[in-house]
Amino acid sequence: MSIDFTMVDRTLLVTLEGEIDHHTCVEIRQTVDREYQKRRAKNLLFDFANINFMDSSGIGMLMGRYRSVAICGGEIGLYNVSPEAWRILSLSGIHKLMKTYSSKQEAIEALA
Amino acid sequence: MPKKNSMQIQFSSNSLNESFARVAVAAFISQLDPTVEELYDIKMAVSEAVTNSIIHGYENEETGEICINCAYEDEVVNIEIIDHGKGIPNIEEAMTALYTTSGDEERAGLGFTVMQSMMDEVEVFSEVGHGTTIRMKKSLGV
Ligand SMILES: Nc1ncnc2c1ncn2[C@@H]1O[C@H](COP(=O)(O)OP(=O)(O)OP(=O)(O)O)[C@@H](O)[C@H]1O
Ligand SMILES: [Mg+2]
Repeated sequence: MSIDFTMVDRTLLVTLEGEIDHHTCVEIRQTVDREYQKRRAKNLLFDFANINFMDSSGIGMLMGRYRSVAICGGEIGLYNVSPEAWRILSLSGIHKLMKTYSSKQEAIEALA
Repeated sequence: MPKKNSMQIQFSSNSLNESFARVAVAAFISQLDPTVEELYDIKMAVSEAVTNSIIHGYENEETGEICINCAYEDEVVNIEIIDHGKGIPNIEEAMTALYTTSGDEERAGLGFTVMQSMMDEVEVFSEVGHGTTIRMKKSLGV
């Protein structure tokens, strides 16, 4: 799992590469939370382009991030979601809590 | 000629083995030439069951053993995931969507729901103090 961060205004962009499961969620959680606090971000955007697997552990991880971002008055979103990842997102109902954007540009503009 | 084959793997309840288990089962099932989507479904279901054995069955102790039996006959795939962990007291309740016993750990309670929507059949056998077996079935090419 590789995790990269970029800040655009008060939105923290998280680019994940690899597979999201119970094992990798531990690192994602820690790194994202630390970076979100350190950079005093408000919104959180996940780039899903290079996620080639996600199971229900990923849903739990996203729900947890949703809660902490909501407390800070921010929004959370996803972009470049593959059809495979979309299936579990819609199955979980979590797509009602966080918007899915078709591109990075669209996501950044929506949260600006 | 009917296609028939089987394999067994056993590994420790180390979370690193979640991806190992998915990849091993997927490699075996690939002999049947599944679609990308079918393979993804099977990987999801295996991942959910193995993760449950690690987190719930063995409560994150890495010394437990998990066994996967996988077999196919023609296009029908059968997968069994077996642990000798703490077992499930109420299976019906455990299988309810959004039900989780890990309240403070950010779990969605969706593992069984995912298994059921990815596979055609999911059966759960469990005995408290002895362990849990998940038996799943999927017909390919339908
Ligand atoms: N192998 C197992 N051994 C013991 N208990 C289990 C096992 N598998 C599942 N359970 C119990 O069933 C409950 C529901 O499992 P399920 O996979 O649906 O949700 P979860 O694991 O809690 O959350 P998620 O899978 O969304 O991360 C678990 O919380 C646990 O109490
Ligand atoms: Mg689970």
